[in-house]
Amino acid sequence: MEKMIDLNGNSYPVIPEVETIQQLLEHLGLGDRILIVEKNKEILQKDHYDAPIMDRDQIEIIHFVGGG
Amino acid sequence: MNSKYSRQELFAPIGPIGQQRIREAKVFVLGAGALGSSGAEMLVRAGVGELTIVDRDILEWTNLHRQQLYSEQDVIDQLPKAIAAESRLRAINSDVKVRGIVADVTPENVLELFEGHHFILDGTDNIETRLLANDAALQLGIPFFMGACVGSYGLTFPIGVKEGTPCLHCLLEALPPQSLTCDTVGVISPIVVTTAARQTAELLKCITGATMEPRLESVDLWTGERAAMNVQSMKKPTCPSCSDTPVYPYLSANEVIRTAVLCGRDTVQLTWPKNRQVELMPFANSIRDIVSNLKQNPYLVSCEYNDHRLVLFRDGRMLVHGTKDITAARKIVAGLLG
Ligand SMILES: [Zn+2]
Repeated sequence: MEKMIDLNGNSYPVIPEVETIQQLLEHLGLGDRILIVEKNKEILQKDHYDAPIMDRDQIEIIHFVGGG
Repeated sequence: MNSKYSRQELFAPIGPIGQQRIREAKVFVLGAGALGSSGAEMLVRAGVGELTIVDRDILEWTNLHRQQLYSEQDVIDQLPKAIAAESRLRAINSDVKVRGIVADVTPENVLELFEGHHFILDGTDNIETRLLANDAALQLGIPFFMGACVGSYGLTFPIGVKEGTPCLHCLLEALPPQSLTCDTVGVISPIVVTTAARQTAELLKCITGATMEPRLESVDLWTGERAAMNVQSMKKPTCPSCSDTPVYPYLSANEVIRTAVLCGRDTVQLTWPKNRQVELMPFANSIRDIVSNLKQNPYLVSCEYNDHRLVLFRDGRMLVHGTKDITAARKIVAGLLG
């Protein structure tokens, strides 16, 4: 079954191949960015990016950019 | 209540006491590009006491779609942004003591520039300068309101607004080798104004004594995505910038020619150490016969050379337009200066 998560405030269907936070970041093209991830209101340390994504997880990702 | 600030004073969280605090505030705006223009205009209209705005760049046509302090005439006159910003901000509100400084903010001058200010607004365009400002602001104990944006995406984070909160270095760990810039993905003005508004709101809250939290926030105006995190748990007790025994690593100056690729343009900047700066007049005289379109004003010398436009500023920096290649820029300059 397809999982549905809340990603940065929008509903987001997760394809079956994406099972962990790390896979989600790569799927979103954010794999090599400097970023901070929050899962269900808890900030995830980098070595916890293998955490599984569950249906209805609330995930926030903020990546750093240079401009201004 | 018909004074200039009456509608701001009517806003209960500010009130007459808050307005008085705004009046007493001395604010430093780091950069007079998109975020700096927008934030500085809001702060000047709000009636801060003093505002210093510093920028290393001159105006280009590509700036006008998002840098709200400037006009076409400023571009035609090839004015430095800090000079054009100063005159526009003074025209907006004569109550405010506005000072524009044409300079690149470096490890050598950042403490001197920040000293004497109460708040710093981030209007720079690269993460390296933000980490430099983070270190300097922490050393001086001045709150620093970070903001960054590219495309339709922006983020903000206030630093040093509450005891024991994380700094930018805690969040970033290391300087990324490459980050998104206006040069690579473009930028739209609504995200500039949104990002600057969030920074400025946090700064006004801090001035008026509101409770502050270390909240990292982002928004994408095109996709509607948004995020906000309290990042207190990211405070690193061993952070080189904000631990109990900080070493402020980004403040260490070096003695070589520094180079940077500027955001939003095909341009490389070269900065010479203080003891070997290039002077405007001798430089103009030495290149007169080999360059075309040589122009001079009290702030700079510009010319065309081998399909590149070069601009030398009075403070000793040079911009090489038409390349992102640092080595190529160094070569062109070495060709002219030996
Ligand atoms: Zn820190």
